[in-house]
Amino acid sequence: MYELVTGPLAWLAFGIFFIGLVVRTIWYFRGLHWQADRVAYRANLYLGIKGAIRSIFFWLIPFGTRGWKTHPVFTVITFTFHISLLTSVIFLPAHNFILKQKWGISLFTIPEAAGDILTVFVMFAALMFIVRRLVLPEVRIITTAYDYLILAIAVAPFITGFIAYHQIFEYKIWLILHILSGEIMLVAIPFTKLSHFILFFLSRMQLGMDYGIKRGGMKGTRMSW
Amino acid sequence: MAEGTLCNRKTIDTKEDLKALMADNGGKLYYKEMEELDVDQEKLWATIQGSLKSRLKTWLEICAHCGMCADSCFLYTANDKDPTQVPSYKIHSTLGAMVKRKGKVDNEFMRMTMDTAWSKCTCCTRCGVYCPMGIDMGVMFGYVRGLCFSQGFVPWEMKIGSGMHRVYKAQMDVTTEDWVDTVEFEAEGIDDEYKNMSIPVDKENADIMYTLNAREAKHYPEDITEAAILFNLAGENWTVPSEGWEQTSLSMFAGDWASCKAQVENVYSAMERLKPKRMIGTECGHAHRATVIEGPYWAGYESGQPPVESIHYVEWVAEVLRTGKLKLDPSKKIKEPVTLQDSCNYVRNGGLGEITREIMSYIAEDFREMTPKGQHNYCCGGGGGFNGIGKYHHERNIGLKIKMDQILATDCKLVISPCHNCWDAIRDMAKVYSLDIKWSFLKPILLDMAIIPDKFKLDDEDED
Repeated sequence: MYELVTGPLAWLAFGIFFIGLVVRTIWYFRGLHWQADRVAYRANLYLGIKGAIRSIFFWLIPFGTRGWKTHPVFTVITFTFHISLLTSVIFLPAHNFILKQKWGISLFTIPEAAGDILTVFVMFAALMFIVRRLVLPEVRIITTAYDYLILAIAVAPFITGFIAYHQIFEYKIWLILHILSGEIMLVAIPFTKLSHFILFFLSRMQLGMDYGIKRGGMKGTRMSW
Repeated sequence: MAEGTLCNRKTIDTKEDLKALMADNGGKLYYKEMEELDVDQEKLWATIQGSLKSRLKTWLEICAHCGMCADSCFLYTANDKDPTQVPSYKIHSTLGAMVKRKGKVDNEFMRMTMDTAWSKCTCCTRCGVYCPMGIDMGVMFGYVRGLCFSQGFVPWEMKIGSGMHRVYKAQMDVTTEDWVDTVEFEAEGIDDEYKNMSIPVDKENADIMYTLNAREAKHYPEDITEAAILFNLAGENWTVPSEGWEQTSLSMFAGDWASCKAQVENVYSAMERLKPKRMIGTECGHAHRATVIEGPYWAGYESGQPPVESIHYVEWVAEVLRTGKLKLDPSKKIKEPVTLQDSCNYVRNGGLGEITREIMSYIAEDFREMTPKGQHNYCCGGGGGFNGIGKYHHERNIGLKIKMDQILATDCKLVISPCHNCWDAIRDMAKVYSLDIKWSFLKPILLDMAIIPDKFKLDDEDED
């Protein structure tokens, strides 16, 4: 079983993940239309790129925009979640060990204990997301079962990984569950709301170009949306 | 498929149809017929499939339902944080559901969508600035309005407005003759008070072609007089076109894209006919948005620019005050505390927030900002057509409260509002909530303060 999930299934998951992302990106760009979107992308490419970079950059910085500043608690939860998630996935020694073993590559790694703490952060932030959805009326009204499913897909690898790492239950089973849930997440990214993995950047780029070209950029405003 | 005599999917293209629609008292029959209006589901779905491109699709798909847009919306706040006013909810319960059901929606759904698109969103686009994913629900509701219009589910006044543009190429029934007569009449009025001033009509190769709002021609001709005097005082070589003078677009509020295109093309053809160096529009927000910012795209200009450089009135004012072409008497600077209304259409959506402040620095001694301001300012409460729709006056009046609180917090009794819609909203707000405030465009204020050179002053002889 271990061989299956770390072998063919892993290949399949990574394949779908990468190809899916490429396809989504191509689709996105092909679907942009200067007249339908009412943004002269080509005619003002330089201003557009400037606006796009500003828009992406400032939204990637905690409290970098008015939006983040006006929601400090949510900002902390969101950044904690995303930074912890990405850091632990990419830089965990165990992950890089497998990478080395399978594909002969490995990245810089963080100490195992740090990965453990980040995992707790992810689970805690996810819990906060759930609490927000249940408690705040303005979030509750837009929350659907799908939102919980997406969160479950994203957090499952961390819960299972945590259980496996601390050997709370049968290690082998939970390790396999951990790998499987990670693969499910990878596969889900191109097909679900998790596509914001790439579409966040593309959507921000588009709005950044819109503002950078048409809605003030040509008048010299330096808005960081 | 059932359609009404007044409420239907057809556009208003003749004077007779327009008259018949306007004769319906407050849209009574129109809205009654709307309850029976069938949805052409196939057409709706075909329209969506043909126009819902990756930007809108992605916006619908990746919304994380985080709720950060909630308090960016002044209508959410004004309605005591009613969750059904959360922008994300509003767009997903309308456009989102329409797409999910592949256009298979019924009459009741379309009426709910119409109410949402025109009474729960002014397309101010503030939510887009607060969404981490960059989802601009103001833009999306503009799109929804187009879908509603194509199905005949559009507020009565908006249908009339788009019909006006289709028939008269103006938002009101002002014909070319009416317009030219008005200009001549106003020019005569100016002659009674000044000399060496004129309103040149259809002058070719002028530096400035001035375009305006049909309301000014129909109801506030003094605005045209003021504009004319100020252009003359600044020594501008300017003109107004006899045709293509209307800058506004109720068609944009209505979502009648074909009419939007025809309207701006009318202005652009005046530019091509008269070949001015620049076009300057009046103190109106949506007119600038329609003709200068969005119009080139409707007309199919890949540059995204109108045929000649086109600027908003506030840009011209800042320029002539900066360069000294228009001289103001410093002793007449506004002494009382004064605040400024930022129009969403040319500030957030046009980048002119700094230039209006430059103007304030020239004309006011005690200028006080509203909070928030500039690109983050709230809609006046009456934007996007909201002011003009009788059916939604109650909702509009609730929406005005946010701007009222902003104004009152400045302790100013004077609000400068270089936008027709904002100006109307503040006027109505003062009336509805019995406020002791005044509101004004820039033109009358500038005229009060302007130094009149001798060459324009009437001699005693002239006055006799």
